[in-house]
Amino acid sequence: MSVALKDRSMLLQKEMIASHFARLEKAPENHEPVVYTFVPGNLVELIRSFGALPVLPEINALQSGMRKLSGDYIAEAERLGHSEDVCAYVKCDIGMLRSGNIGPSGTKLPKPDLLLLSYTGCYTFMKWFELLREEYDCPAVFFHVPYQGDGVLEPEHREYMLRQLREQVIPALERATGRAYDEEALRERLALAAEAEDHLVAVLQSAKHKPSPIDGYFGTVYYVGPIFSAFRGTPEGVEYYRALHEEIDERRAAGLGPVTPEGPLNEQRYRLVVEGPPSWTHFRDFWKMFADEGAVVVASTYTKVGGTYDFGFRHNPNDPLGTLADYCSGCYTNLNLPSRIDMLVRYIREYEADGFVINSVKSCNSFSAGQLMILREVEKRTGIPGAFIESDLVDPRYFSTANIKNRLESYFQMLQARREGQHA
Amino acid sequence: MATPQPERPLTRAELVAWARDLYDDLDFTSVRRWLSEHPGRKAGGYLPVYAPRELLHAAGFLPVGIHGGGDRLEIIRGDAFYQSYICHLPRSVIELAQSGRLDMLSAVLFPSTCDVIRNLSGMWKLLYPDVYVRYIDVPQVPDPAAAAHFWEGELRRLLHDLSEVSGHQPTDDDLRASIAVYNEMREVLRTLYRARQERPWDVPTEELYLLMRAGEVIPPEEFLDRARAYLAAVEAEPHRQRDNSRVVITGAFCEQPPLGLIKSIERAGCYIVDDDFLLGNRFLTREVSLDGDPLRALAEAFVHNELRTSVLYEGDARGKKRLMQQRVSEARADGIIFAAPSFCDPALLDQPMLRSGAEQAGIPCIAFKYSENSGQFQQFREQAGTFSDSIKLWGGA
Repeated sequence: MSVALKDRSMLLQKEMIASHFARLEKAPENHEPVVYTFVPGNLVELIRSFGALPVLPEINALQSGMRKLSGDYIAEAERLGHSEDVCAYVKCDIGMLRSGNIGPSGTKLPKPDLLLLSYTGCYTFMKWFELLREEYDCPAVFFHVPYQGDGVLEPEHREYMLRQLREQVIPALERATGRAYDEEALRERLALAAEAEDHLVAVLQSAKHKPSPIDGYFGTVYYVGPIFSAFRGTPEGVEYYRALHEEIDERRAAGLGPVTPEGPLNEQRYRLVVEGPPSWTHFRDFWKMFADEGAVVVASTYTKVGGTYDFGFRHNPNDPLGTLADYCSGCYTNLNLPSRIDMLVRYIREYEADGFVINSVKSCNSFSAGQLMILREVEKRTGIPGAFIESDLVDPRYFSTANIKNRLESYFQMLQARREGQHA
Repeated sequence: MATPQPERPLTRAELVAWARDLYDDLDFTSVRRWLSEHPGRKAGGYLPVYAPRELLHAAGFLPVGIHGGGDRLEIIRGDAFYQSYICHLPRSVIELAQSGRLDMLSAVLFPSTCDVIRNLSGMWKLLYPDVYVRYIDVPQVPDPAAAAHFWEGELRRLLHDLSEVSGHQPTDDDLRASIAVYNEMREVLRTLYRARQERPWDVPTEELYLLMRAGEVIPPEEFLDRARAYLAAVEAEPHRQRDNSRVVITGAFCEQPPLGLIKSIERAGCYIVDDDFLLGNRFLTREVSLDGDPLRALAEAFVHNELRTSVLYEGDARGKKRLMQQRVSEARADGIIFAAPSFCDPALLDQPMLRSGAEQAGIPCIAFKYSENSGQFQQFREQAGTFSDSIKLWGGA
């Protein structure tokens, strides 16, 4: 029963992504404009309202990682003079571009008509699109999303974003697509986005149940795929999330856990919260290390980089540009460190987690700088010990299977001993 | 307050020794002395690269540059805060703070240099809840009207907050006076840089650098006196010209190289004729207007600034490719040394763009990475020496 429903959401996602990349490949001959942008702070409803197709380079990079292509792409970029010290997503993207620009689905990626540099929560984004602008020799527009240094979106920062949207971003999209701004079309897309977000939040929060019907990290990176990339604000997106929601509801009602690479995880010994992105090159191995120990992730912060919907935000069609500003500002990596700690503590409490794991990736200073302090603060505030492991996003050289496995096994043993101590 | 005039002009050696003492002093004794001599006043720190020091000054603070501990500080606590793949600067800044050396700061500003410094602002909020902390998000958008409006708002908010901390609400005239002092400071720095460019044998970078480091911990008025005294001493005590190559150093705008590295490059036969060390002290390339609203003037100066640097978005698609060519031409340099701190995102992500532009223009380049606590300089000396020799032998070909 649940298998059929699960298949439906998976099949839907597979079809959606395949059709998007097929459409991208034909975009030049079909004269469909293409806009590159980033996952955090992506303005995909706005892009789509201009009839343009979005491309998200981080998604391409992580897909290359999962398909074991990133190592060669990174090597290519390093041969071109890119430092081994910097973000592997950037190098993977540059290497892919220099290797023929064949995207993760095996189809050629089109050149951008516009680089929409949504500068949200990551310094590297700025350099990444400066680099791509040199490669593609195409127009770029900068959208500066101020960081929530004091933990809130300040009204003047919202005004600054609105002004940029009106005076810079929209005119740039008009030039790139040859179409006029259509606020009604944007509103329609925002309404669709909000509908999909409702379904997604229901899925995320299903992990509060025991056993959790989802894995809030490894499984959820698949679930957020459509909404983090090209499908927020589309009918296909709504259909996907409705199907997923139904599937998860059914799984929960049946008392079933998530399906991991090793099969269903119904016997859940540990409920965990995870901070930090996954290691895409070893995604299945990494997940298996958790699943083998009966550990299910009930909430994660990485799955909020494209939006923090579970704390109430929804795209609001009645305030089309304002809601885009609110959305961008609230993306996880645009939040300051105290806010990130608050979020982790809240997850641990609300999802009744037994522990938390920080996967600290070398590539991403936006995530990683300060994570050792996050570890200590969360431990202090919850009384729950955390595990700290180090790896990388898509650079396979930095994933040490034996070390990570050892560390996780020791951590689970410690959680078990702690549990036995509490019950003694 | 101006320094009392000495009976005779200070010599170059005396000035450099004075600056070196300040550079070496990781206890910030001069700042503590200033605070004890100015009861009721406060000290406010800032990290690299750009913070509006004028506002700290106008609000009654002694602005203090926080540039880590270099190679003079053993890291004991700092490593517990950072993974091995994060640059060295934040761990030594944390070390300074955790060892109590920064406990005299009532405010600390964290500029939008990179994500590491950005996140350090949040750490500071948690570690030192009694200290005023502000992340300084400079405008990146190329539209000058939107950028100036945003930045003016940020400056107004910052000034308001700083005034609350210091208890001194500056008037517009106070602000203009502070802007005027920093205009003078930037002008003196430009004069020093011009002098070095024209006669690098007379203004060794080691000396210039020490002088600038001293300027990070003393009142700007005192720095002006000392910098002018140094310029006079250079005239009075000229050095002999050597057959060195002229190089531009770029990439060292945030985490600072150890002094030994600068000395090694110079002693290897390179005259440094342009650099981006301590870039924040001359970030604004033109005088800030003293007319009209002073905060508006500061905002306009930032937005219409001509400086091109890795920490700001480059709006010109050809800008990165041209930048080094332009800097080399202006400095009449023979080559470029890309000297970036390990794991420095801004410098290292920019480097391929900058270097390819330079190489396309036929400018000789070398690159190496350092850390503020690099202790072995032999490899740098050999690399710089070979580079200098090759320039002399084969020119820019």
